[in-house]
Amino acid sequence: MKVMCAMSGGVDSSVAALLLLEAGHEVVGVTMKLWGGDSDTGCCSVSDVDDARRVAQQLGIDHLVFNFGDDFDTHVVDPYVAAHAAGVTPNPCIECNRTVKFARLAERADQLGFDAVATGHHANIGHADDGTLTLLRGDDPAKDQSYVVHMLDQTQLARTMFPVGGMHKSKVRELAAQIDLRTADKPDSQDVCFITSTGGRTSFLGDRIAFNRADVVDLDGTRLGAVESVEMVTIGQRKGIGLPGGGPKRYVVDVDTKARVVTVGADSDLLRVDLVVHSMAWVDGAVSGDVLVQASAHGATQRAVIEAVDGRPGAVSVIWAEPQRRIAPGQSVVFYDLTDRRVLGGGIAD
Amino acid sequence: MVTYLDHAASAPMRDEAIEAMLPYLREQYANPSGSHRFARQARRAVDESRDRVAAVLGCRPNDVVFTGCGTESDNMAITGAIQRHGGVAVCPGAEHHAVLEVVEHHGGAVVGVDAAGRVDLDDLADQLDSINAAGRTVSIVSVMAVNNEVGSVNDLAAVRRVVRRHAPDALLHTDAVQAANWIDLREVTPHVDLLSLSAHKFGGPKGVGVLVENGGPRIDPLIIGGGQERERRSGTHNTAGIVAAAVALDLTDAERPGENVRLAALRDQLVDGLRATLDGVHETLARTDKVAGSAHVCIEGIESESLLYLLDEADVCASAASACASGAMEPSHVLAAMGVARERALGSLRMTLGHTSTPAEVERGIEVVTAAVTRLRDHAVRTGVLAGQVSS
Repeated sequence: MKVMCAMSGGVDSSVAALLLLEAGHEVVGVTMKLWGGDSDTGCCSVSDVDDARRVAQQLGIDHLVFNFGDDFDTHVVDPYVAAHAAGVTPNPCIECNRTVKFARLAERADQLGFDAVATGHHANIGHADDGTLTLLRGDDPAKDQSYVVHMLDQTQLARTMFPVGGMHKSKVRELAAQIDLRTADKPDSQDVCFITSTGGRTSFLGDRIAFNRADVVDLDGTRLGAVESVEMVTIGQRKGIGLPGGGPKRYVVDVDTKARVVTVGADSDLLRVDLVVHSMAWVDGAVSGDVLVQASAHGATQRAVIEAVDGRPGAVSVIWAEPQRRIAPGQSVVFYDLTDRRVLGGGIAD
Repeated sequence: MVTYLDHAASAPMRDEAIEAMLPYLREQYANPSGSHRFARQARRAVDESRDRVAAVLGCRPNDVVFTGCGTESDNMAITGAIQRHGGVAVCPGAEHHAVLEVVEHHGGAVVGVDAAGRVDLDDLADQLDSINAAGRTVSIVSVMAVNNEVGSVNDLAAVRRVVRRHAPDALLHTDAVQAANWIDLREVTPHVDLLSLSAHKFGGPKGVGVLVENGGPRIDPLIIGGGQERERRSGTHNTAGIVAAAVALDLTDAERPGENVRLAALRDQLVDGLRATLDGVHETLARTDKVAGSAHVCIEGIESESLLYLLDEADVCASAASACASGAMEPSHVLAAMGVARERALGSLRMTLGHTSTPAEVERGIEVVTAAVTRLRDHAVRTGVLAGQVSS
């Protein structure tokens, strides 16, 4: 097959390209240029593109750079900024996967005669008995990235490959070291590619949206303090909310961006019995009933019952088996089957 | 067989230039700045090369400074002027990044261009006036002789008149990097104070440039040290490169009239050929408004990145706009400055011809571009995904 391997400059995508070659595919490495500003997180900066290009040279494959900066700005960065202004906490890496990596790039691959797009994500694609494609967790539980690629449907899965999904990270690095790949020891990129480690989210957002002061109150409405920016506060947050040290642990239980009020309470005040998830993407059609739920990139799953919400297409209600801490609006919520291995679908918390 | 339609990016080195280099790579390796006979032989080669370059440019040999590349020459001209005189640098928005970036870096002013990519002389006059009115001085105006993307030609005599009238103390620089193949530089040099060349654009080697300081030095040198090039540009001479550059420039100058005719015909064939087989191919500039080897077109319904990939698969070399540091294509600032609509500019294709271009390459170019564009357009129709649309 002719495969377009998305190469970020990291070791996972480097080894993905290697494995594709070993499997006899015709491989072209592609790095996407997405963010035009400062970047130091190890994903897609100018020096990362260099790493990808040199790895491609080492492997003997062509390497191309595609400029999808416009799509990235429109579909990832601008919504990220707008969401914060509205008091919602999005996951931009998931939006990048949804709108750029497995959409724009996949369309480009299709256009240029490629059979599939491969990435270095730790996830697996399998077949169910009835022939449908399944999306499964990566074999390395510590590195599983099924959560961030949960949005892929049957059509997309048919043209996607995850070559390193079946291995542990240590094995990936071992393979890289065996052939002296220059990225064998490169640290994993941890953070959002357009937020620098020096400036952080505050500096990035501060340049783009107004920060509004908010009062911090307890559940009775008693004013306890203030924060400089209500836009930077997230549900569940404990630190940096302008409260004096000592005393009982307090967590943000609600953020009212419009009214500029942050409500704090005890850990137990965060507990909820249910939530609604909208903008659902299903791997193979809508599912209802008993599932396992994951609400963060490497969080533990919790049991729940899900069902469609009347009058809200694309939304499901999630009723926890045991009360769970409130999930911040805008976070991705992904459902797995009861084996905790197969992704059913995912959406965004109300 | 490679179909090379990217001469504006770089030209194949002329055989004579390669041959001329070899003795200076093998036997004549002395540093031209040395004091022994061996060094003097190398020094003589540099001096004679200087004479040859000066003859083609119509300037004095001592006004020729050898640099490391065209970009260095541009940097030297603009930064050297600002370092010596302070003041403001001004250039049109369609300049190569080697001028535009430097001007912007120094907080300079950018002037408009017309729809044919030439500096807007009225806008230039206005900008010079505004700068003076604000109590500042214009230290240098930089206007390229030939545009690298679309092939437009600036009338430097007219530019000189505007500068003389509105900023008489300003230096006038021209990036003539794309000009040597097409224009008699003897007709350009008299109008400017500073002129940049780049050897690899006319069949010389990469790594050699020229800055002409017409009438003597009036700017600070950029690279100081051992004092070579009469203290205009320090650093050990690239003897072999300089010799080759001079040979290449000489040959280019001699062949220019004939090549202008030959290549204009091939260029016309290429563009006419594409327009005969494809709809929606827009030739960016009229043939009277650009140099002979320039075949820049905007093709409807396709994206440059995708087109170039398919061309590459068929061993056809062309380009679109410039690449950024990561290697990704950036939207063309030249087309934007010319007022070309974004949708139109998304399908830009720059094909440029040069001294090795053949009719066979033109035929192959027509064939491959037609097939690639057709394929991309068919795919768009089949999938409903229109080129360049930010997918919703």
